[in-house]
Amino acid sequence: MPAISISKLGFTWPGSAAAVLDLPELRVEKGESVFLQGASGSGKSTLLSLLAGTLTASAGTVEVLGTDLATLSARKRDRFRAEHIGIVFQQFNLIPFLTVAGNLRLASRFANRSRGEAEARATQLIEALRLDPSLLQRRADRLSVGQQQRVAIARAFINEPEILLADEPTSALDVEARDMFMQLLMSVREMTGCSMVFASHDGSLAEFFETRIELAQINAAQQEAIDHA
Amino acid sequence: MLEVALSSLWSRRGSVLLTLMSLTISMAIVIGVEHVRSQAENSFVRTISGVDLLVGARTSQVNLLLYSVFRIGNATNNIRWESYQDIVARPGIAWSIPFSLGDSHRGYRVLGTTADYFEHYRYGDQEPLRFAGGEQFSSPLHAVIGNEVARELGYQVGQEIVLSHGIGNTSFVNHDNLPFTITGVLESTGTPVDSTIHVSLQGIEAIHLGWQNGVQVAALSPDSSDPRLAELRPTQTTALLLGLDSPMAVFGLQRAINNYPAEPLMAILPAVALGELWQIIGVLENLLQVISILVLTASLLGLSTMLLSSLRERRRELALYRAIGARPSFILWLIELEAFTITACAAVLGYLVVSAGFALTQDWLSESFALVIDAWPSTPGIWGYMAGAIGAAVVLTLIPAMVAYVRSLGDALQGS
Repeated sequence: MPAISISKLGFTWPGSAAAVLDLPELRVEKGESVFLQGASGSGKSTLLSLLAGTLTASAGTVEVLGTDLATLSARKRDRFRAEHIGIVFQQFNLIPFLTVAGNLRLASRFANRSRGEAEARATQLIEALRLDPSLLQRRADRLSVGQQQRVAIARAFINEPEILLADEPTSALDVEARDMFMQLLMSVREMTGCSMVFASHDGSLAEFFETRIELAQINAAQQEAIDHA
Repeated sequence: MLEVALSSLWSRRGSVLLTLMSLTISMAIVIGVEHVRSQAENSFVRTISGVDLLVGARTSQVNLLLYSVFRIGNATNNIRWESYQDIVARPGIAWSIPFSLGDSHRGYRVLGTTADYFEHYRYGDQEPLRFAGGEQFSSPLHAVIGNEVARELGYQVGQEIVLSHGIGNTSFVNHDNLPFTITGVLESTGTPVDSTIHVSLQGIEAIHLGWQNGVQVAALSPDSSDPRLAELRPTQTTALLLGLDSPMAVFGLQRAINNYPAEPLMAILPAVALGELWQIIGVLENLLQVISILVLTASLLGLSTMLLSSLRERRRELALYRAIGARPSFILWLIELEAFTITACAAVLGYLVVSAGFALTQDWLSESFALVIDAWPSTPGIWGYMAGAIGAAVVLTLIPAMVAYVRSLGDALQGS
């Protein structure tokens, strides 16, 4: 069973005539790490939203871990996302007014994990990400951008997800912080063995991944999408 | 969720604090108005009971009630002693209490009456007057004081006080030749009785000895050994409370007194007059109530507006909850919880503001308006208003909460 399996996926924004995405097929195997390259506006974020289940496909099927997301109720889809999918964004990964610990706790609450379990996992991740444990009690908006992105990795992995989705997570970082971030991300991923789809415009990051996919090459609707972005 | 809601409010404490202040003020207004209304009504209804007819010189029935029972303002005229004796001698009258008013002691009214007052006067739920200490007067120079008089002026049984002619806080004509001895202190009643000094009808005459045509004549001023004291006879009285053997006789006697040939008199039913007085005040109170509710509504709309306009700056935050697995209903309840927290805080703060306000002004209110206000409001009406305000906040917050809910339904990750 693949981690992700897409067939004949079509997506059109409501009120728009042109499709953003038209993907005949896409498979991500369990444990595979995929680099999804595409220019901004090419539909990377839309595709990740479809995989996460916050958007639903206009046509075709999206299967994640063998489950067709369209068959789940909205409520179950949200729960599915909390339990099985971790997400890291370019920025604004943390609720700014909560502490780091509060952010991690909140994420684990949506997956119905116990508090003790979450705390043990948080300590473990903070250590693996080479963050000072005292940061746990600090408000998220008091952290540097580099620290925020590393906490975002901890947040994404707190519920031991099978799949990690990353949307341009390094764009806001300088080169040094970017390399540090990539190393830590890959080491935590190896530790957990989860599958990963990493979307970025920056082709130089492709070396970290097993598979490289150009969104423009597999997306039949790409030309129109650029016009409407 | 509470942790998130509280941290979220704290992070926007500027606008939250202003909204909280506006809500606190309007909650205080609503609670205060409701509290004064219920307390005033309570103290009105409790003032006098068991009296079938109240008799006085012809005036409006509200005025008669005010100056005789509430001791606010002055009598327009008195009842001649002959008329008094004639009326109380009629058949069917079970008891009568004369009221002679017009004098004061350090701002407290002096009431001339008879021993029947302590036996027949009833307030509240047919409660009789009780002595906290001492006993009723038995000589013209004895006085029985209400509980508040004793408390506020620090008077005790056996103490001597000087009563002055006229009404006012400071009288220019206190004279100490003729001190009165306090023989009794009454228990607290929560009615104007508490702020009254009771003397016999002869005592009232004694205060007026030495006065001629409204001027004090020194040569005629008495002292306590004056032989005239033994011969004092009341010449007039201000009002008269009547209890009848049969309630059936009330209207017949009322008509007879209203048509009294010797002088223009009036008899009223205290319950009817109380109702009429309450109606006059009630119009004002209803108006105040409506205004206070409108003020509260405006503040609640302000709360809703504040939450609605915060949605724009919170767009990414709300999208992030969804990305990490929150249901749209989490966002709806989060915003509702924020509104609930603000309104509940405002209700508690408003209540404390009202309590503090009344605790500070209690004495002034009871002195100036004869209003006895409890500093800790606890009527069902007030709890009702507090619960109603919180309920209304939750309903009005459905506007921003539903907007956020619907928006979050179709959001892509990061709301792009």
